Amino acid sequence: MSEQKIKDEINKILSSPTDGTVTVLSCLLLVQDEIGYIPDEAVEEIASFLKTSINEVWGVATFYTNFRFTPPCKNILEVCWGPTCHLKGAPDLISGFLDKLNLEEEGDSKDKDVSVRYNTCLGACQQAPVISINHSLRGNVKVSEISNIIDFVAD
Amino acid sequence: MTANFSQLKIEAEQEWSQLVNSSKAWIRIGSSMCGQAAGAFGTSVAISTQTSSRKLDVNIDQVGCIGLCYLEPIVDVLRPGSSSRVFFGNVSSESIDGILQYIETGKLLKDQVNIIGYLGEQEIDGLSSLRDLSGFNLQQRVALKNVGNIAPGNIQQYIANGGYQALNDSLELGKPDEIVKVMQESGLRGRGGAGFPTGLKWSFMVRSPGPVKYILANCEEGDPGAYNDKGILEGDPHMLLEGVLLAGYATGASNGVVFIRHGHDGPIDRTKEAISQAYSSGLLGKNILGFDFNFDIEISLTGDSYVAGEETALMESIEGKRAMPRFKPPFPAVSGLWEKPTTINNVKTLAYAPEIIKHGEGWYSSIGVNRSKGTVIICLNGDINKPGMYEVPFGLTLGDIIHEIGGGIPNGKSLKMLQTGGPLGGVLGKESLDMTLDLEEMSQAGAILGSGGIIVADEEKCAVDMTRILVAFCQFESCGKCFPCRLGMVNLLEIVERITRCEAREGDLDLMKDVGQNMQMGSLCAHGQLGFNPIRSAITYFEPDFISHIKDSKCPTGSCEKLVYLPKNTRALGEINRENQDKQYIPINNII
Repeated sequence: MSEQKIKDEINKILSSPTDGTVTVLSCLLLVQDEIGYIPDEAVEEIASFLKTSINEVWGVATFYTNFRFTPPCKNILEVCWGPTCHLKGAPDLISGFLDKLNLEEEGDSKDKDVSVRYNTCLGACQQAPVISINHSLRGNVKVSEISNIIDFVAD
Repeated sequence: MTANFSQLKIEAEQEWSQLVNSSKAWIRIGSSMCGQAAGAFGTSVAISTQTSSRKLDVNIDQVGCIGLCYLEPIVDVLRPGSSSRVFFGNVSSESIDGILQYIETGKLLKDQVNIIGYLGEQEIDGLSSLRDLSGFNLQQRVALKNVGNIAPGNIQQYIANGGYQALNDSLELGKPDEIVKVMQESGLRGRGGAGFPTGLKWSFMVRSPGPVKYILANCEEGDPGAYNDKGILEGDPHMLLEGVLLAGYATGASNGVVFIRHGHDGPIDRTKEAISQAYSSGLLGKNILGFDFNFDIEISLTGDSYVAGEETALMESIEGKRAMPRFKPPFPAVSGLWEKPTTINNVKTLAYAPEIIKHGEGWYSSIGVNRSKGTVIICLNGDINKPGMYEVPFGLTLGDIIHEIGGGIPNGKSLKMLQTGGPLGGVLGKESLDMTLDLEEMSQAGAILGSGGIIVADEEKCAVDMTRILVAFCQFESCGKCFPCRLGMVNLLEIVERITRCEAREGDLDLMKDVGQNMQMGSLCAHGQLGFNPIRSAITYFEPDFISHIKDSKCPTGSCEKLVYLPKNTRALGEINRENQDKQYIPINNII
């Protein structure tokens, strides 16, 4: 997409009606929800939209760990590494997923079109170990299911 | 038009009575995050398809979590003509047929479905009451009284079950001071972790000048192992809204903000829905229920940041900035969100208010022990037979929780560790099973009850490995404002990692103590102040584990030998410091 086109899209997102208070953070969340990442243009547009500095917007965007600055793959896989999931076998799960996707650590697997992210807590510790595939939760995941999960997602 | 409460109530009660006395069966599907993780959405779709293909006319609602998360997805059925609900657990696509047969014929096919029991007045042949289950009978559900019973997206079901009565009565009485007085007498203390008396907190705000004052409901809930705030928002969001309204009326506030972590869609959607229903029923906005009281509530979302749950960092986040704690004073009750007087309460704390006000003085304070009054919502998870969300009165022992409610440790193993109160809480050994659930007693033992999460670990887990994950979490989540926390956490993680690799150096334990002390003295918020807590308590209860790594170069359980994956910026910092491996440690006190 051309720079101008991205800018236009960002402006369209920012000017859509919202019911809450509009802040730097709420704009960043909105953009990431809509297009999946925060392009440089978004930082500039948010700064001018809220009459604040680019520095301020970058400061906020780099603080919260859920923001990413490159386009994500089509599928997003989050694996929890919180204490409960760790006890219930998260390390084996993570290594299984990374192996299957030819990754060394969290990141984007281009061939399978899956972005892997470690999450500190997905909020369903009762069903540990938990993963989330494209924002849908899945608990009690077993190492033996990894292959099927990835094949299903990447299809 | 402003609604009159008695009119709202009559309509709601009619609706409710039509629902429970209907000629159609009422199916309730547990669809909280625990249910979702177990596949509740799939179950829900399958039930709708199968009921329509069988031409079964039923009412279906997605409800919150009844607390028995280990049995999710849970589906319960109220048959026409019956006053008791029958609960089915671990529902799969194969067992739906059995459930539908029960609706059609009233016969329970025990080999096809996993029946948990019944709940209600009417006994059902061959089944035991849910109240007789050991996970249930020790419970006393106050904040969770409606969770799992009513449809969270239906304000009428909440009103029919006694909802908004406390608000209406308080508005009718017209004495906000009375609410603060009842809250003070109740002995309720903040459920977010600090345990500050709620009534006292509200009383600070009464004196602050208006007209704009804020009540913030904190559902950041980043604690791994805790999910009770989300449980309330997903199961009964109106309970929270009523609590916020009561707090608002008592303290003379004008606005409320519900603060939720972005990405937790269930709680967010439920709360949004509840807010818009409250507006259209005249329970929010101008002249609420026809009285001279105006109040607005909105939702504010935060990005992923654990420290955003700290009360001043939370206000920074709502203002759209980096979630870093502010200096106090000024205290929030004087100058908080947008420099206006503000009171911040945890979701659970606020959800208690409607019941406390409804029952009046002397009720809530009669539950519990010592200075810990009332009930607490425990999130039990880890190596335990019955992970779930249980609301129990203070005064039970940890042993009651683990063995009676939690059903003990799976696979015949024995208990080794309890991790309570989130990553900044402590690690306790099995000798603590006699400990009473009491805020003071627990903090004296080096643990905190915090927000109520209890993570259980069996004998095959290593205390050093557990400590590593807790410290890694705290390091990853340090906001970076105060350097003792920012650097101290990196140092602590580096040392703990060294111990897990059995490469510990002379004096490492003392070094950690020293770093921990400095963090405690030099950090603005609890993240740095309590950051050493997990290590201190782990060393207290599991010294042999540490000694084995340090002296015998061996992890007794082998857990530490596994490769552990941590987020990029957790590990990178650890590696920079490895260059200094041969430098000798000199305690800071010696330098000065």
